[in-house]
Amino acid sequence: MSDLRDLYQEVIFDHYRRPRNCHGLADANHKAEGYNPLCGDRITLYLRIEDGVVKEASFEGAGCAIATASASLMTEALKGKTEAEAEALFGRFHDMVTTPATGQAAAASELGKLAVLSGVREFPARVKCATLAWHTLHAALHDEDRPVSTE
Amino acid sequence: MKSIEQVWMPDPRNVVDWRADFPILGERVHDRPLVYLDNGATTQKPASVLDAEDAYYRHNNANVHRGVHLLSQRATDAFEAARARIARFINAQRPEEIVFVRGTTEAINLVAQSYARPHLKPGDEILISAMEHHSNIVPWQLVCEQTGAALKVVPIDDAGALDTDAYERLLNERTRLVAITHLANALGSINPVERIVVAAHAKGVPVLLDGAQAISHLPVDVRVIDCDFYAFSGHKVYGPTGIGALYARAALLEAMLPWQGGGDMIRSVTFEKTEYNAIPWKFEAGTPNIAGAIALGAALDYVDSIGMEVIAAHETDLLAYATDALGMIPGLRLIGTARDKASILSFVLDGVHAHDVGTILDHHGVAVRAGHHCAMPVMQRFGVPATVRASLALYNTHEDIDALIEGLGRVREIFGL
Repeated sequence: MSDLRDLYQEVIFDHYRRPRNCHGLADANHKAEGYNPLCGDRITLYLRIEDGVVKEASFEGAGCAIATASASLMTEALKGKTEAEAEALFGRFHDMVTTPATGQAAAASELGKLAVLSGVREFPARVKCATLAWHTLHAALHDEDRPVSTE
Repeated sequence: MKSIEQVWMPDPRNVVDWRADFPILGERVHDRPLVYLDNGATTQKPASVLDAEDAYYRHNNANVHRGVHLLSQRATDAFEAARARIARFINAQRPEEIVFVRGTTEAINLVAQSYARPHLKPGDEILISAMEHHSNIVPWQLVCEQTGAALKVVPIDDAGALDTDAYERLLNERTRLVAITHLANALGSINPVERIVVAAHAKGVPVLLDGAQAISHLPVDVRVIDCDFYAFSGHKVYGPTGIGALYARAALLEAMLPWQGGGDMIRSVTFEKTEYNAIPWKFEAGTPNIAGAIALGAALDYVDSIGMEVIAAHETDLLAYATDALGMIPGLRLIGTARDKASILSFVLDGVHAHDVGTILDHHGVAVRAGHHCAMPVMQRFGVPATVRASLALYNTHEDIDALIEGLGRVREIFGL
């Protein structure tokens, strides 16, 4: 049985209560909005990318503990990554929260701190909370104007 | 010795018997007994409803209004008996005033397209309220786009009650239809529907009531209310999904154009001219949900076997018990505190998003809804992204409420509140 403590780890509460990089970004050169119509959560993601490298990443918006912690952890992880690395990270993160636990240890180890969100895979109704920020990242990297939806 | 007043008091023995009629209540979720408090989304089904659907497919399955064979006759009789059953349940004058639809949403869309659309001109107005479900907003927005009519919204107060003075001010010579909920799904507010109808009729304006929630919590008598349209879904009144009913006055249905074309809704077809069937069949193109209609009839039999007054008294007692208990939880704020209220407890908890509350309660065996309840304008009105909603049914008990409260204690513990 899935355990609530696997989902709500201390790191997640820490990032929920004190989200990192939770502010606007005046000199952002990429921006996208994400929306989860199931729960009404919205997020705005800001990126400053120079020479193909993410120099700054921040977000604004209200959400549940999982969505907020995921956005906070993601913005931390993005800094210093190339655009290609950021996209690859999205792929690995997506795999971690959507595929069964077996054989996931390797993938999780590459994700570092983001691995605290691996418990989400046992809670299918919450996967979209965890991936909202990442779908928004994808839109920001591709400069999509329309708000992205988790649906 | 029993006094007269005790006649309407809920009897705790009754609910134990009622619970035994619902097989699903024996389920366990996450290793705990199921506490089902998501009845506003859909209700569970008693065995008599499951049996009615099963018996239809096992013994009577055939298409209706078509065959000369015995099964078709049986299916047709049972289907039309279900229509008459629904008419009796809401006290319609004639069974022909009941149109079978998929649910409340389809009923409202039918009225929007078949009644409102041909009537509306630019500058005309449709009046709804600020507490509506999306299904009583979007069909009107579509018809407004199609015709140039405007949508007007009656405000609600901080308790979630309709501003009836504003309603009467907004009713004017341009208003062509009032469409309002009988019982608000995100707030629990009961609207003063008789007063709403009287005011509208004084200006010659017909009224549609969204009865999706009210149908399982309040006695509904369309002739006492005197509304022109009443829409509800079977699955919210212990019946199956995919079946519902639109009540409309016969004269209105007679004057309305069909909404979909096809088999069963015609009297004769040639390539030059098609003659439509009589009401209500003119609105029922294609093979209907026969089993669903029959099972809905069984659901209404079930409700009547207990009695809506008895159910309402039981739920009123539960609502008061739950309101008091929730009120003791620090940081909890009820959204929707209208004086006239039924069956719905919508709330937010400081520092915890509704989604997190929903997940933790689920692990406690308690099923609630967390989100915007298809009423995003209501969420905006109260400045919250989402609420947790516990919604009651006849089989809920004080123990269910205790489990909810215990689960909320666990939420506070996990979130360190």
